[in-house]
Amino acid sequence: MNFQFRPYSKLTFSLTIGLVLFYTSMIILIPILGLFIKTFEFGMSDLMNVFKEQRIQDALILSFGTSLIAAIINMILGFLFAWTLVRYKFPGKKIINSLIDLPFMLPTAVAGISLTSIYSNNGWIGSYFHNFGIQIAYTPIGIIIALVFVGFPFVVRSVQPVLEELPKELEESAYCLGATRFQTFYKIVLPYLIPSCLSGASMAFARGVGEYGSVVFISGNIPGKTEILPLLIITKLEQYEYTQATAIALLMLTLSFSIMLSLNFWQARRSRYLI
Amino acid sequence: MKPKESLLIKWSLVISVYLFCFLLLVLPLINVFMEAFADGLLAYWNAISQDHTLSAFLLTLKVALIAVPLNTIIGILAAFLLSRFIFPGKNILLTLIESPFAVSPVIAGLIFVLIFGREGWMRPVLNFLDWEIIFNTPGLVIATIFITFPFVTKELLPLMQSQGNEEEEAAILLNASFFKVFTKIIIPNIKWGLLYGIVLCNARAMGEFGAVSVISGHIRGKTNTLPLEVEILYNEYNSVGAFATASLLVLLSILTLIIKSILERKINTSTLEPSPNLTQDAK
Repeated sequence: MNFQFRPYSKLTFSLTIGLVLFYTSMIILIPILGLFIKTFEFGMSDLMNVFKEQRIQDALILSFGTSLIAAIINMILGFLFAWTLVRYKFPGKKIINSLIDLPFMLPTAVAGISLTSIYSNNGWIGSYFHNFGIQIAYTPIGIIIALVFVGFPFVVRSVQPVLEELPKELEESAYCLGATRFQTFYKIVLPYLIPSCLSGASMAFARGVGEYGSVVFISGNIPGKTEILPLLIITKLEQYEYTQATAIALLMLTLSFSIMLSLNFWQARRSRYLI
Repeated sequence: MKPKESLLIKWSLVISVYLFCFLLLVLPLINVFMEAFADGLLAYWNAISQDHTLSAFLLTLKVALIAVPLNTIIGILAAFLLSRFIFPGKNILLTLIESPFAVSPVIAGLIFVLIFGREGWMRPVLNFLDWEIIFNTPGLVIATIFITFPFVTKELLPLMQSQGNEEEEAAILLNASFFKVFTKIIIPNIKWGLLYGIVLCNARAMGEFGAVSVISGHIRGKTNTLPLEVEILYNEYNSVGAFATASLLVLLSILTLIIKSILERKINTSTLEPSPNLTQDAK
């Protein structure tokens, strides 16, 4: 066992770790473990039966599908923002740079109602699309738009620092050796940035699957069509269907934890190879 | 030798950034205010001076006032623990502290319903104490604490790791008490980062929707926070009321955004102050 607490006294260390462990267990560890233990009470066959229900399967496909599409859009959009913000000087750059954090700050319910009213059939953008017969709000397209809103800052914020540290020499030497701009970008810059793009996009994906506030208004919540997983959990809870709610939650939790852990693991491994 | 930047590419990229920024970020903000003032100033004022809105505002404030200070204190201690000591299981503790970021807010709410709810395992205790947590203010506070726990630690940890502990070591060798080291050295060194963490924590605490929505039970005037009030008003087709209430939350987040960018500059300048041992790790 490797303990080290110098220059502080052992007492300071013990008190601090005691207090932090107590609080963390009360607030986080016991509640999350409780969910897992609760699931074992139900038994495996009950849990598997839950996923046979058509409505839950539809919600699963919808939530994962829209989050995946949104994550891909986020990756492209986030890359565009990060690239432009790092590489170019233009008026309003600082304001745009701080505005990118807005989706992190804005309460999700506010984002939800505002996006809904913009994209509904008589909203600013929605009415324009309505003329062409495309409905955005209350369809999966609306869900994707809401998920792009909450997700793209993740990609920007994970690509930006990596891009800033990309050695200029790499590109210059590629250019000196006769590579075209496109080749330089495609063969030198892109491989360097892809890991950060992917990690940003998977954060956005994990957030997207669990997102509730900004999606619930624009989705319209038609069972089997635009009903997302988190909403289904709430619906099941309100009907006192605890088994079903817990089973769905467990599936989502396992997914997001494995994304988080594999990202941490991956980054720890990568940092060993990179300088 | 430097490759020549193509102006065409530059401006097409910049213009598309402007466009997406406007469509995705600015338009929703403008829209909130347009809808809120759709029936004029008076209607706006009537909407935000409703009793329900006022009590929702007070409840939001109350929840934040309990959750944020608690999380701040433990957040500082956790960052101190993780940056200054070596002990087994450190990474597990860090993962645990960060885990609320990976949990969907709705699931966070569900977890506490499973514990304190009608069939929860704390039910006998709660019955004995004759105390309700779910559909009551304590439930809102607990869920908010869960959701906002990682913010302070996440901001402080890299800062404290990069600062190193030389100053603290010197003070302790000169026989300063732990309390003195904490208040005279650690806190002044991390003050901007700390403020930054608190501001982010507060913004999330006041704006939290999913977790609170599961737990609150939507009792108007009693367990309704501002974001929940927005939802109820919106579902009642009271557009002006919903957007007027939302505009208060928008102002809060814009204020947070401004404070955040000011603090970011302060943190950058304070860590750039020359000190030879600054970058040495606390190992």
